[in-house]
Amino acid sequence: MPEGLITVAYIVSGVLFILSLRGLSNQETAKRGNLYGAAGMIIAVLATILGGRVGSLGTLMLVMLVGGGIGMFAARRVAMTAMPELVAILHSFVGAAAVLVGIVSHLESGVLSGSELLIHEIEIVLGVFIGAYTFTGSVIAFLKLRGSIGGKPLTLPFRHYLDLSLVLISVLFGVWFVNGAPDEQLMYLLIIIAIACVLGIHMIMAIGGADMPVVVSMLNSYSGWAAASAGFMLSNDLLIITGALVGSSGAILSYIMCRGMNRSFISVIAGGFGVAEGTVAVASKEDEGKEAQATSAEETTDYLRSAKQVIVVPGYGMAVAQAQHIVHEITKNLRNRNVSVKFAIHPVAGRLPGHMNVLLAEANLPYDIVFEMDEINSEFKATDVVLVIGANDIVNPGALDDESSPIFGMPVLEVWDAKTVIVLKRSMATGYSGVGNPLYFRGNTWMLFGDAKESLNKVSALLN
Amino acid sequence: MIIGVLKEIHPGERRVAMAPSVVKQQCLKNVHSVLLEQGAGVIANFTDDQYKDSGAEIVETAHQIWERADVILKIRPPEENHETGEHEADLLRKDACLICLLNPGRNSDLLQKLAKTGGTAIAVDQIPRISRAQSMDVLSSMANISGYRAITEAAHHFGRLFTGQITAAGRIPPAKVLVIGAGVAGLSAVGAAQSLGAIVRAFDTRSSVREEIQSMGAEYLEMNFEEDGSGTGGYAKTMSKEFIDAEMKLFAEQAKEVNIIITTAAIPGKKSPVLITKEMVDSMIPGSVIVDLAVEGGGNCELTQPGETCVHKKVTIIGLTDLPSRLPTQASQLFSNNTAKLIQHLSQDGKLKLDLDDEITGAITVVHDGNVIWDPNKVKAVVEKPVQPVTQEHVSKEVAVEPAVKKTKNKTGLKVLAWIMAAVLAGLIGFGGSSEFLSHITVFVLACFVGFMVVWNVSPALHTPLMSVTNAISGIIVIGGMIHLSGDQLILPAIAVLIATINIVGGFMVTHRMLEMFRK
Repeated sequence: MPEGLITVAYIVSGVLFILSLRGLSNQETAKRGNLYGAAGMIIAVLATILGGRVGSLGTLMLVMLVGGGIGMFAARRVAMTAMPELVAILHSFVGAAAVLVGIVSHLESGVLSGSELLIHEIEIVLGVFIGAYTFTGSVIAFLKLRGSIGGKPLTLPFRHYLDLSLVLISVLFGVWFVNGAPDEQLMYLLIIIAIACVLGIHMIMAIGGADMPVVVSMLNSYSGWAAASAGFMLSNDLLIITGALVGSSGAILSYIMCRGMNRSFISVIAGGFGVAEGTVAVASKEDEGKEAQATSAEETTDYLRSAKQVIVVPGYGMAVAQAQHIVHEITKNLRNRNVSVKFAIHPVAGRLPGHMNVLLAEANLPYDIVFEMDEINSEFKATDVVLVIGANDIVNPGALDDESSPIFGMPVLEVWDAKTVIVLKRSMATGYSGVGNPLYFRGNTWMLFGDAKESLNKVSALLN
Repeated sequence: MIIGVLKEIHPGERRVAMAPSVVKQQCLKNVHSVLLEQGAGVIANFTDDQYKDSGAEIVETAHQIWERADVILKIRPPEENHETGEHEADLLRKDACLICLLNPGRNSDLLQKLAKTGGTAIAVDQIPRISRAQSMDVLSSMANISGYRAITEAAHHFGRLFTGQITAAGRIPPAKVLVIGAGVAGLSAVGAAQSLGAIVRAFDTRSSVREEIQSMGAEYLEMNFEEDGSGTGGYAKTMSKEFIDAEMKLFAEQAKEVNIIITTAAIPGKKSPVLITKEMVDSMIPGSVIVDLAVEGGGNCELTQPGETCVHKKVTIIGLTDLPSRLPTQASQLFSNNTAKLIQHLSQDGKLKLDLDDEITGAITVVHDGNVIWDPNKVKAVVEKPVQPVTQEHVSKEVAVEPAVKKTKNKTGLKVLAWIMAAVLAGLIGFGGSSEFLSHITVFVLACFVGFMVVWNVSPALHTPLMSVTNAISGIIVIGGMIHLSGDQLILPAIAVLIATINIVGGFMVTHRMLEMFRK
């Protein structure tokens, strides 16, 4: 295949990737978008093979079949609640691949000289650095999301200086790498990779569980930059385009989420926010000595039965309890009784942006009764019952009126405007941010303690 | 702790202080046990067997309860038992606690009598109207029932339907109902009348309840006069003379038109204002009904006779004082739910523990340790307190302005710095870069902007699929591995291709799986 045709094929797949992202921004076109993406990828791979630039076709086929098999297996097997983990671990693969490509690219960069070689070597250093950082960072994020490591941020003393000095040391090694004798270069490169790995581990360890959604999308962005830097190394425009697309879209997603939490991007990356999950609420002074009112599944059923409008606010607790299917059962039942049921989704509910939407969709819930925070916040006033299922910080009135609260200023779902609020929760423990919630002590709030799935099973049985 | 439930001895009282379902709750926790006087719930349709099944012990006489129970529950204030000649108040033990309606403002003799026993008395009608005490507020529960019953009583005496209909036999006009005072009872009456199909209008001096009235589907009567009647504790205050004149004019107009009037205007501790005069009653359509719910304070209608139903020129005026008792099953249920919450509030580790410094406990404990400790101003003081923090908040907000300004300055500084750095970087690239590198940079920058524009409007519901698709796309790095997959370098590129392929296939397939699930 002539060089020109390959370039054209790359342009086509670049356009398909753009169309793919475009399609994914809307429910109606999302599936088509995914197909565009897959088509773009197939065209790119085929063009590369047909271009005759692959030395060992047999190895390629074998490796791709194995890789494809593993990918297919993982995609089929993963539970929808484990989606954040899967996405995180996949990011780490891109990072690792970027590191490998960087090393190989260095080993084979014999033909260049002068300023071209200099630029090439700088690109390699940048590429492996970002790749290694993405790799270990994603592994840590994966472990944190799986719960293998606690959500509590690791706050070493002087950690910002530690990070800074790690970066400076890698710059130093980078300079040595560029100027070094050919036989020392590889060692310097490996040292840079090692430092970037440590930096990735340390920086993600320092970020609290509450900020994990932002971290995942930030790592998504980094994996894009890693791909783009590989593109520079290889002078491959398709890699540059795709990497830049992914990098900037990940950055935008992170920004949108930070805005949802009213935090600055820098403060999220700097880390140190939040505590281990399950810490018992440190109630604010006002709430001290107040007791939350408990209710039963029977009473909850009565409330639901006599309501005209019900809004369900799902949170991470619903994902943990796997309660989305029973929520759908109850929703169907209530809708058959002509009760209007709506779902209110906070931008940062769950451990991944849009996590709740995916879970509800898994339970076959129609997406036209699922609303975003801004669309539904004004409707709570006209609502009889709000069911808060395993959500905490996103319904915290302290965010609006308590200036001492760490989450002050974060937009929240104003559930307390409804006539009755029923909160399903395992205990009075805090959410990921570690902040007490005055909502539980309001006169119109009732706590239904216990596992959300069990409680809702009871409610569903009683409704029938 | 032993909870004793007495049979009411007041003539005509049908309620009982604890319903079987609440008995069950109390016994379930194994913290409390419940004693019940034989037949206490019979008139409220709760049989002794039901109580037994719920775990209560049935005792034959009231004496056994007075002797054994730590907490004694009843509804009406203690009074003399005409059969035995004993006064209930005398039976209270020194270490026991009586919980019931006491109306301490009108019953100072009774309080003295209770104080002499050395025991403790808690008046459930003194629960402060604050949000955390809402679940214990007996008066609200009873007012809710009174409002509902007021409508059914009125319907009973009203010779027509409430709802309007067009039938083969002609048109039935809907009844017009006027509710004066939109507190708990008033709103409940509005709701009941509305659901019977009547045209409902409501009036209240507190303009803040306008929304509540309208939310119940009733019409809020406007008056061309501005004065807000919100007083303390959720009650209305007394209004100026001009206001009252305007108000009376409105009622006089309405009286000629409406069929049913429900009045609920009571001011705590004071005589109820007369809102419906004899002239207004005279002007009403024959067959109309007035239900006066403010009768305990003297009544809102000039002609109301407390405890009686009388007819004046074909207008029925109902002045019943026992409306909640006329729905005994429901009233008992609500009363016992409220007192159960109250007991929960008062007890600690299964024992009664009175913390008189607590807002609620302090307000409702009227007799303790041989003294009458009721202070009529206490409730008021408690309610007025919340005003303080509001002003403080204002002050702290003003203080907070200064640092906020500094912060923005800092941010603009950072922005300027970023732009300068970008310019320097651009200059360096421009001078030092080769033409090939520059063309790559062009592609890179443009692609960044395309990514930025394309993703900006993504709907939040699709964040997860978008992320997983971008993840799959970033697997394009596979090409980097493929290009290097030749004889001399095999292992490293092969691994790169392997993991990148996992990423591509896994990413696209999982996205597909997710998108399949979204349905309209």
